[in-house]
Amino acid sequence: MFHWLENNPFFMAAGISIVISFAGLIEIVPNFAKAGRPLVDMKPRTVLQLAGKEVYKKDNCIACHSQMIRPFKSETDRYGNYSLSGEYAYDRPFLWGSKRTGPDLHRIGNYRTTDWHEAHMMNPPKIVPGSIMPAYKHQFTNVADIETAYAEAVTVKNVFHTPYGPEIKGTQEAWDAYRPTVLAEAKKIADDMTNEDVKKMVAEGNVPEVVALIAYLNSLK
Amino acid sequence: MQSNAALEYDYSLAKKFTFLTILFGILGMLIGTTIAAQLAFPELNYLLGEYGTFSRLRPVHTNTVIFGFTVSGVFATWFYLGQRVLKVSIAESKFLMVLGNIQFWLYFVGALAATISLLLGYSTSKEYAQYEWPFDIVVVLIWVLWGVNMMGLIGIRREKALYISVWYYLACFLGIAMLYLFNNMEIPTYFVSGLGNPLHSVSMYAGTNDALVQWWYGHNAVAFGFTVPIVGMIYYFLPKESGQAIYSYKLSLLSFWGLMFVYLWAGSHHLLWSTVPDWMQTMGSAFSVVLILPSWGSAINMLLTMKGEWNQLTDNPLIKFMVLASTFYMLSTIEGPIQAIKSVNAIAHFTDWIPGHVHDGVLGWVVFMIMASIFHMAPRMFKREIYSKKLMESQFWLQTTAVVLYFTSMWIAGITQGMMWRAVDEYGNLMYSFIDTVTVLHPYYAIRALSGVMYFVGFIMFAYNIYKTMTSGRELTEEPQFRSPMA
Repeated sequence: MFHWLENNPFFMAAGISIVISFAGLIEIVPNFAKAGRPLVDMKPRTVLQLAGKEVYKKDNCIACHSQMIRPFKSETDRYGNYSLSGEYAYDRPFLWGSKRTGPDLHRIGNYRTTDWHEAHMMNPPKIVPGSIMPAYKHQFTNVADIETAYAEAVTVKNVFHTPYGPEIKGTQEAWDAYRPTVLAEAKKIADDMTNEDVKKMVAEGNVPEVVALIAYLNSLK
Repeated sequence: MQSNAALEYDYSLAKKFTFLTILFGILGMLIGTTIAAQLAFPELNYLLGEYGTFSRLRPVHTNTVIFGFTVSGVFATWFYLGQRVLKVSIAESKFLMVLGNIQFWLYFVGALAATISLLLGYSTSKEYAQYEWPFDIVVVLIWVLWGVNMMGLIGIRREKALYISVWYYLACFLGIAMLYLFNNMEIPTYFVSGLGNPLHSVSMYAGTNDALVQWWYGHNAVAFGFTVPIVGMIYYFLPKESGQAIYSYKLSLLSFWGLMFVYLWAGSHHLLWSTVPDWMQTMGSAFSVVLILPSWGSAINMLLTMKGEWNQLTDNPLIKFMVLASTFYMLSTIEGPIQAIKSVNAIAHFTDWIPGHVHDGVLGWVVFMIMASIFHMAPRMFKREIYSKKLMESQFWLQTTAVVLYFTSMWIAGITQGMMWRAVDEYGNLMYSFIDTVTVLHPYYAIRALSGVMYFVGFIMFAYNIYKTMTSGRELTEEPQFRSPMA
């Protein structure tokens, strides 16, 4: 049979395709619907938090930080309750990470505050002596793309039925009407910060990346 | 009718992709060495402003070495050996030549553009699948072009039986096509909402499902990019260089079909102790251990091919590269299954042991084998003798030392870190704060950075040797049959 396959490339290719497809079908498909279910009463992230998630992706925090607390005492002591599948139901993409050069962040919102993050992002070794994390000063001046975050909310609502309210709609008018809500949330974060330039930017209607990022980190609980 | 005269093969495409292999190799390894140094000396994060941080550069490193260096190497060797094992020159079909050139330019421009997009921060944050959707489309196009080219060449072949290497290249094409397509399913937000940045997209899958699909991809992109085509290379280049026949056809069969069937199951070992159901984790673990069989099958088949001819190891550095590559393949494929055992994984996961494992595989196996292939192809493509045997010897020892330093330092670092995270005092309280487990790693990070520099220097020696071969190696009047001539 193998000799025959080696003389018939079409069937050889078909054979390979069948053999390599099994695993995915058996391991991924059966549990798909169940693994997609959120926890009861769980709310999707706000638009500002989504913008913060984009900053998290842009500066690629998952290179060093995980968001997956494993069910070991040493981990629950350090980070809090172990992670549940349903908590990730609205995360597109999942941001579990695969490397902890820095600590896990899945419940960082429980034990770190806005002002801590502000000082830490500006100069990590000052807050945590010995830290090898780089400073992310550019996040204090770069403007977060809240319109794209809103576009993401619209997309997941329309396509995946993520439970956002009726005010999230894919029109320019709807976005113009919603924008002040995002800015108000950003102002709340900025009020807890000390950086004057950040406060000024928010007052002018621009959200610095660091504000969005902190909103996201605070939502990780 | 087929003439009996020896075929003249057309190596123009193989040469072009060889240049890209070297170019992306230099680029990818330079960035890799930089980020390794940043972990030891964090001041190095500020050389390029926001574009130079470890976090921004890390995907640039991984994507450049995977989709830049390795994939070019796969294309280069295919366009060389594909013709030879199928006994047909690609120049016999104008269509395939044009297709190949379109593939080359699209690939070159696409890879550069995608790299810049990562530097700018356009990333889906799915490991080794970070490219945003327009670049994914370019990748798919390139892949389809290559597939059509491969099928085309197979279609006009004179040698009816497909040699083992062709099985592997075919599997590489099919496997990556399936994985890449399913994992990169994403919806551009602009087209749904009419708002925001057109480059942005959201993943089709969420949470645990996304994780499963991602690691089914992530693990098997390694399988079909870093294992399958490289095995295909060694099945061709080792017998060609040594003049020995493959030890066992049956072992090749067992290893090939075994690898095809088993590899894909093992993806979930990246998600042990996560929120993925237990039975999937156990399947991942169990199949990872089974995976030793087909992996070692290939490696042992290669080593036994040298049976009775081990003296070649002492006088031909090219054989040394290939034998060491198979040996590192064996090391890496026994290490992986060990890490996939649940209790070991509890310590190893999230630590530096993982990059340690990856790099003894890629530096010792993938890069060594690709360099050996290029060394073998060079005298035949450029019709010149290899420029310097001595340089090749020094490169071999420098890089071998570098790989050993890399994985030993990362083994120690990983296990230290894993043990410190879980260490408790007599009252059951955690003994170390997280930062203690970071600062303790400094010496190992420094050793790893040093090994990176050594490996990179070795690669520059390789590039220089090939460059000199092309430009000033002694010209050959006829193609060498087995052993590559070198000065």
